[in-house]
Amino acid sequence: MAGFVDTFLDAAVLARYAPDILRGVGVTVILSVLIVLSGVALGLALACVRAYRIAPLSVAIVIFADVLRALPPLVLILLVFFGLPNIGVMLSSFTVLYLVLTLVLAAFAEEIVWAGITATPKGQWEAARSTGLSFSGTLVYVVLPQAVRMVIPPLTNRAIAITKMTALGMVIGVPDILGQATTAQSFSANASPLTLAAIAYVLLFLPLVIASRWLESRFAPPGA
Amino acid sequence: MEQIAQQFFNLEIMAKALPLVLRGLAMTLLICAVVIPLGALGGLLAALGSVARVRALRWLSIGFVDLFRAIPPLVLLIFIYAGLPFAGLRLSPFAAVSIGFFLNNSAYFAEIFRAGLLSVPRGQAEAARSTGLGPAQTLIWVTLPQAVRNVLPDLLSNVVEVVKLTSLASVVSLGEMLHAAGLVRSLTYNASPLVLAAGIYLVLLWPLIRLIARFERRIAG
Repeated sequence: MAGFVDTFLDAAVLARYAPDILRGVGVTVILSVLIVLSGVALGLALACVRAYRIAPLSVAIVIFADVLRALPPLVLILLVFFGLPNIGVMLSSFTVLYLVLTLVLAAFAEEIVWAGITATPKGQWEAARSTGLSFSGTLVYVVLPQAVRMVIPPLTNRAIAITKMTALGMVIGVPDILGQATTAQSFSANASPLTLAAIAYVLLFLPLVIASRWLESRFAPPGA
Repeated sequence: MEQIAQQFFNLEIMAKALPLVLRGLAMTLLICAVVIPLGALGGLLAALGSVARVRALRWLSIGFVDLFRAIPPLVLLIFIYAGLPFAGLRLSPFAAVSIGFFLNNSAYFAEIFRAGLLSVPRGQAEAARSTGLGPAQTLIWVTLPQAVRNVLPDLLSNVVEVVKLTSLASVVSLGEMLHAAGLVRSLTYNASPLVLAAGIYLVLLWPLIRLIARFERRIAG
């Protein structure tokens, strides 16, 4: 037991590297907030554009969503991080991680919101249009609020899953929680920083996972 | 434009990378063959636990699921691969990947199976029991088939997620597809091998994604 504590919860190592990991928490939180805000906004915008059913635009959006949902995010991260400098575009690892995960979340959010838009009963469109609301007005004021309400649980789950992927930044050297912990682990030759990182992730994400459970029961469709 | 073609779609480099990337693909498929059935089984057990009558079992199952949904899979993988050796437990990359992804996948599969089990009306099980079927028979022949059918699109999407997840194995230098492509990239300083790997993922997963979309439409409509 003492061996276990020395290996995974060594007080001296923990104290020495806790500030680094705390800085990592800051980076992870900032990245997560930025990714969720811009990813969901972009996905929402794309789903709205798709509602106008302008063929070339819709096809482009579907291809974007399919490709970004089919490719592993780590492949995209490495592709952008190692590929762009070769054609003269230099981006920091933080920016690469932000851009890739934002686009991935946008792809999923677009599909989820679009499912909500198509699931909104046709009568809602017809009734709104018959009161004299324009197509755009109907979309924004009548359909979207209902659609978004319907898809809050899957959207939340997806947003949590993608913010957890900020840990992938460690591979390209983003100083997030995992990045700081792996550096500290190799300096200290001790597993405690990794334990601390795992605890930090649980403290950050467990409340979100539990909240998403609550949202699911709160927004469950009637009869389900 | 010329430069983009040269740096991302260099056919000569892709041709050189192809044998290694294909060997990586074999490893990717092997990981999937191990991790998907194991994760589905673990998920099913956790789901059954989460709807069990015994409260302790319910709490234990839900605690397991929420814990492993909260920990990023890469953190889990690195903890198992780089952390456990400090306690004298040295695992091969393949074993570390299998265990890490088993824990992560079980949690996600469990949530899906749980939703499926809850979607089957209680009367189905009661009717089955009243015909003389035992509890296990009722589960296998009556409840489970309906549960699985109700969540089939979600199960398939999770399979897609697992295939994508295997790319993380490259971080612990297990020679799967992304690892192979990354190796050739670092030797050639050219991103084309990564584009090749991305293309193969797309060929592999795009049909599944379309299939899921069709299932979802059929169930909604």
